[in-house]
Amino acid sequence: MTEDSEPVAILTAVQKTYFLDSVSVPVIKSVDLLVRHAHFTVLLGPSGSGKTTLLNMIGCVDRPDEGEVVIAGCKVNELTDDKLSDFRAENIGFIFQNFNLLPVLNAYENVEYPLLLAGMSAAKRGARVSKLLDAVGLADKARNLPGQLSGGQRQRVAIARALARRPKLVIADEPTANLDSKTGASILALMRRMQKRYQVSFVFSSHDREVIGAADDTIFLKDGVIRSIRRKSAGDNA
Amino acid sequence: MRTLLLAVRNLLRNRRRSLATLLALAIGSTSILLFGGYSTNIKYTMQTANVRMGGHLQIQHRDFYQYGSGNPTAYGIDDYQKIIDAIGKDPFLGRAVVVATPTLQFGGIAGNYEAGVSRTIFGIGLIAADHNLMRRWNGLDISLASQPLALERAAADAAIIGTGLGRVLRLCESLHIADCPAPQSEGKPEGQALSDDIAQLSLQDAPSAAPPAGPPRRIELLASSARGTPNVASLQVIQAERQGLKELDDVFVMLQLPQAQRLIYGAATPRATAIMIQLHRAADLAEARSRLTTLLAATAPGRALTTLDFRDLNPFYVQATQLFDTIFGFISMLIGGIVLFTVGNTMNMAVVERTIEIGTLRAIGLRRSGVRWLFVLEGFLLGLCGALAGMLFALAAAAIINHTGLTWLPPGSSVEVPLTLTIWGENRMIIGTTLGLIAVATLSALWPAHRAARMVVVDALRHT
Repeated sequence: MTEDSEPVAILTAVQKTYFLDSVSVPVIKSVDLLVRHAHFTVLLGPSGSGKTTLLNMIGCVDRPDEGEVVIAGCKVNELTDDKLSDFRAENIGFIFQNFNLLPVLNAYENVEYPLLLAGMSAAKRGARVSKLLDAVGLADKARNLPGQLSGGQRQRVAIARALARRPKLVIADEPTANLDSKTGASILALMRRMQKRYQVSFVFSSHDREVIGAADDTIFLKDGVIRSIRRKSAGDNA
Repeated sequence: MRTLLLAVRNLLRNRRRSLATLLALAIGSTSILLFGGYSTNIKYTMQTANVRMGGHLQIQHRDFYQYGSGNPTAYGIDDYQKIIDAIGKDPFLGRAVVVATPTLQFGGIAGNYEAGVSRTIFGIGLIAADHNLMRRWNGLDISLASQPLALERAAADAAIIGTGLGRVLRLCESLHIADCPAPQSEGKPEGQALSDDIAQLSLQDAPSAAPPAGPPRRIELLASSARGTPNVASLQVIQAERQGLKELDDVFVMLQLPQAQRLIYGAATPRATAIMIQLHRAADLAEARSRLTTLLAATAPGRALTTLDFRDLNPFYVQATQLFDTIFGFISMLIGGIVLFTVGNTMNMAVVERTIEIGTLRAIGLRRSGVRWLFVLEGFLLGLCGALAGMLFALAAAAIINHTGLTWLPPGSSVEVPLTLTIWGENRMIIGTTLGLIAVATLSALWPAHRAARMVVVDALRHT
């Protein structure tokens, strides 16, 4: 990977308005953004600034009212709902603030689920899931249900699940918000490690100072508009 | 496979709710099957009684069924024995038929000369040995007891009458008819049931042997002969047999076929008004009927003969089965409606509870159709388990009820029969009910599944 690598996400003149009863609330007002390949990018901003909405559009779970979103070279605005689902499955991993593991599946099965959607063979699935669980330090908890895991462990499973299909982009909405500072730091370190190991782009929204410190690119949003972008150079990253 | 795994685990997740839904389904299925078993048993009992009494098929003059009661002698079949012989020789009918036997129906007046009472009757002359064979038929495996006709080894002038007729003719004591107190409104009989000349005529017909000791059992039977002249026979009543319907019980007289033919046709060629045909298997009925039509065309060309089955001859059976079928359909519909709302409610609650999961599944790449299929599959599994459990409950309940020894009097029957529920072996009913409930449960899940599939991913993810 080099600084010149093609960006994983390009947002051009993106706008999004929500309607609360009959009142329209513009959440994103003409945003242009470029997310670099294999970088740690954090979205910052006060509550209501549009971080989550922007993250949702980068993650292809929401569509802009105006503007264009290109992820991994694909104009996602033009995709049908089914194509968009397939696109997400193949290209985007998700880490949620509340972990959002499927409670009826154990750790192994949660990580395996995206691979089942991909129709991967049992042998390949087994090898990849074991490797990922080992990488997040939960090889011995593979058969535990989410309810039998701590918050930090659940988030590790979620990280493994997000990386299961080797996506180009991982979206993480305040991934450490529901964790204590020590656990949050370890999760952050893990994500950073995994990001480097799998050469994948991570895009966060966070208030966590440690997250901000660890980011390659920091994007500050306010009132639906990007106020500033700070990008570390390759030298800074090292 | 992944969807099935998820569906099963999701159902097991809220065990109490799933169990309550399953129980509702199982109770519904059990109720439908138990009523169906009861209804089937009634149908089989009535069918068995009808087939024992009149066979599966009857060959009659084309108009006898509609007009014969007015003048039965006008619709007699004179060459009935030739037809019966032809039936025996037919390759299919020869194997399929238990018995083909002639009967003669007629109307008349029965009188007890000594008591001075008389009344109009419905008479039937038959071959008792053949009818005893028919009374043993149990092709539907029903617990319906049947006494052999005492007429088989009885004298030529022997007769069996309905208990109601025995009561009317004041033969209670001699025939040991129960529930037969002496009427209070009547004094000494006035007038005579028979005129002296007709009484003399009947005495000529009576056997010369001395009458049996004890209370009198002899009645006189007056009928119009084929030539339109009155004829009378003196009959020795050997038994009173209760008929299922009071209307029949009050008028029924059964006698030996030759005796009936002598009464109606005198010295002329004896005839029969019908040939009763009983089959080993009711399933052969359509084929047998078709073969009989061909056979009649060959054996009795130009004769206005037709073949009627037991349904044609017993409209009450058809009406009763239609009534039970209608009630069965109504109950099934009601239970289907209850199941629809119960499963629908369960699935709707599941959709609300699992909104965030739905959002997560969609985010990680599950298509709308995948979400829809997941909830439909859960409804299907609920239906499958509930319907199968209901089937097992129903079979167990039927086995218990069938062993309790309860009895009841079916419509049109003269004897009480065990209360049994026919479920085992009724594959069409079992499969129909099971598949029906599964379909209803699956259908119930369609709307909740559609709602889940249509959820906006971001809205589902931020659901609280």
